[in-house]
Amino acid sequence: MAVFQARKWYSRSFSSLSSHPLHICVVGSGPAGFYTAEKMLKAHQAAEIDIIDRLPTPFGLVRSGVAPDHPETKIVVNQFSRVALNERCSFFGNVSLGTSISLAELRDMYHVVVLAYGAESDRILGVPGEDLKGIHSAREFVWWYNGHPDYKNLALDLKSTETAVILGQGNVALDVARVLLRPKRELAITDIANHALVSLEESCIRKVYLVGRRGPVQAACTAKELREILGIKDLYIHIQEADLLKSPADEEELKNSRIQRRVYELLSKAVTSQPSQPRSGQRELHFVFFRRPDKFLHSDNISGNVTGVCYEKTILKENGGSGKQSAVGTGQFEDLECGLVLKSIGYKSVPVNGLPFDNHKGMVPNIRGRVLSDVPGEHTFEKGLYVAGWLKRGPTGIIATNLYCAEETVASISEDLEQGLLTPSFPKPGREGLGQLLDSRNVRFVPFSGWEKIDVKEKADGSLRNKPREKIVSWQELLKVANE
Amino acid sequence: MSPPVSLDERQLTSVTRAGYLQGSCSRYLHPLILTISVAFSIPASPPMLLSSPTSSRASIPTLETLKISGGKKPRVSQHVIFGKHHPFSTTAAENEQKEKISVTFIDKDGEEKHIKVPIGMSMLEAAHENDIELEGACEGSLACSTCHVIVMDVDYYNKLEDPTDEENDMLDLAFGLTETSRLGCQVIAKPELDGLHLALPAATRNFAVDGYVPKPH
Ligand SMILES: Cc1cc2nc3c(=O)[nH]c(=O)nc-3n(C[C@H](O)[C@H](O)[C@H](O)COP(=O)(O)OP(=O)(O)OC[C@H]3O[C@@H](n4cnc5c(N)ncnc54)[C@H](O)[C@@H]3O)c2cc1C
Ligand code: FES
Repeated sequence: MAVFQARKWYSRSFSSLSSHPLHICVVGSGPAGFYTAEKMLKAHQAAEIDIIDRLPTPFGLVRSGVAPDHPETKIVVNQFSRVALNERCSFFGNVSLGTSISLAELRDMYHVVVLAYGAESDRILGVPGEDLKGIHSAREFVWWYNGHPDYKNLALDLKSTETAVILGQGNVALDVARVLLRPKRELAITDIANHALVSLEESCIRKVYLVGRRGPVQAACTAKELREILGIKDLYIHIQEADLLKSPADEEELKNSRIQRRVYELLSKAVTSQPSQPRSGQRELHFVFFRRPDKFLHSDNISGNVTGVCYEKTILKENGGSGKQSAVGTGQFEDLECGLVLKSIGYKSVPVNGLPFDNHKGMVPNIRGRVLSDVPGEHTFEKGLYVAGWLKRGPTGIIATNLYCAEETVASISEDLEQGLLTPSFPKPGREGLGQLLDSRNVRFVPFSGWEKIDVKEKADGSLRNKPREKIVSWQELLKVANE
Repeated sequence: MSPPVSLDERQLTSVTRAGYLQGSCSRYLHPLILTISVAFSIPASPPMLLSSPTSSRASIPTLETLKISGGKKPRVSQHVIFGKHHPFSTTAAENEQKEKISVTFIDKDGEEKHIKVPIGMSMLEAAHENDIELEGACEGSLACSTCHVIVMDVDYYNKLEDPTDEENDMLDLAFGLTETSRLGCQVIAKPELDGLHLALPAATRNFAVDGYVPKPH
């Protein structure tokens, strides 16, 4: 109904920008969403783009994922802000696809809908005890320390144990370990959420284990992150020297990958430059290779808290002719005591109604960004529906990856426009329609100027504490400040 | 729909581009050089000082001021990265004529663009001043790899100082990496580089870093 009204309104007052505006809605304001918007604005003078996000704040994981001690990585928001301030682009915060508005409604109102809403859930291990208290996903922990409004109250106990186990050895795992181990006065001058800083200052965690199924040759992190954690002041690093032995297959892998070579070199150097024992009370980081979690352990009392992890030792086996090696169990087991477990084994996207979705992979089936229909056996595309970013490729890659990913999606849209598969000459209500629909549902969206108010307030609050910003972490306050 | 951000706020964000100290966060908090940032980069802000006589060379940070503010950042160029417009390009033009080198950029379609680059300026800044589409997501603070360029001639590549560990760390993640790849924000114009040819690696883009297998076109 609202859509109909909007259409009527639309045909009366025509946009001044172009005789045939191409209405585009991008869902998700992370790197993929913003890069898509930027490329579309450049490629199509008639494009009018609305970016919606379920949060009142833009920038996705640049705000809620990238570590607080990586301010330089977040500089990219300057570029994204310029996109948002473009006169043909609008931001609609506090608008959630699936709750405030349905996919069908969006597709009805816009010529093109690009879904770039990331990956907001977790892969699971599927081993016994995974639901015990004291076990969290890295995503939850990261959202907590980065002040995501949904996770400000995470029940995290950092005071009852000295030992944390992090499952996974990718960059997210390293971020998490660094936040746990880095001297707190160094974190105090970042944009870390205040509740997290307070908890970390009181934290008893002194020993962190980073556990991987494969060896140092296969470690999934990058040299930058590794160099950083190895460089933490007064941190004892432990790596089993025997783990560093390389097989011919390892040598072959190293030969083919610059990244793996440089990571391996850093790890080997770290071993030789360490004393054999930590001083008493010194903080410790242990890289544990060739182990896969078999089950989580707990005490018999009723607290239900995790007390350790039982691992199976693994060896590597060549994976067909791919040159890659995967871990297989050896039947030998070993327990490691700990009171906190953070699983960093991968993010996973969630579907919305009416969207073809591969539940196994946790992403949207697509070819170069065009969403494939659910019709079995056939290669048909959903007209006007595209994906970009983590929802399209799965949860890997750096911010820049989303740039190339968005370029690919925009190229597909441009091709489809050229071939007449989309119908920009058929008027659609676009922005006006969205505004009216939200209005009729009492959804009060946050425009970019609302975010700028939040931004100003956060920076002002931060400057009082020698921080670049003090993030506002409650929904209520975010909306209050944005609407002031 | 004019945003309520004060000019000061904008200056703060913009200035951090130049004043970032690698490996520390404090510089992000307290950018030291506030004078240099005039309305640029954010289209909505009025170009207040563009025609003002005070916006001359005097406001350009010297290498010294940048060193203070930039600390041990591997390379700091004499110029600050601005958006496309900056207030002092004409003022400095005459006396810099001699101190410029010729650089050719080859874009993703193979088209060449010849530009003059003042000594001391990074290739990222030079590209941006000349409307060459080189990304610079982190604005020259060695944290993104989007400014990746390929030096077309090994002899020229060898004239460059070796990349630092930090640059190599970012190059690891660059798309379409080659033996003569560098980060545009770390290549600084110097006389020996006159005649430099740089290619943007777009043509060879792929998702290799992700383990993503690109589909055939
Ligand atoms: C912990 C962590 C640290 C990282 N650190 C770095 C780093 O240092 N450097 C680097 O280059 N990369 C880093 N990355 C990777 C980088 O953040 C991702 O590649 C990138 O953010 C993915 O972009 P995206 O746009 O696909 O998703 P996201 O950034 O997740 O954006 C998705 C957006 O969609 C919104 N959304 C979700 N659901 C809905 C809905 N139903 N309706 C409307 N909006 C919705 C979300 O609020 C969010 O704003 C890191 C990733 C993580 C997880
Ligand atoms: S601009 Fe980011 S590394 Fe050069």
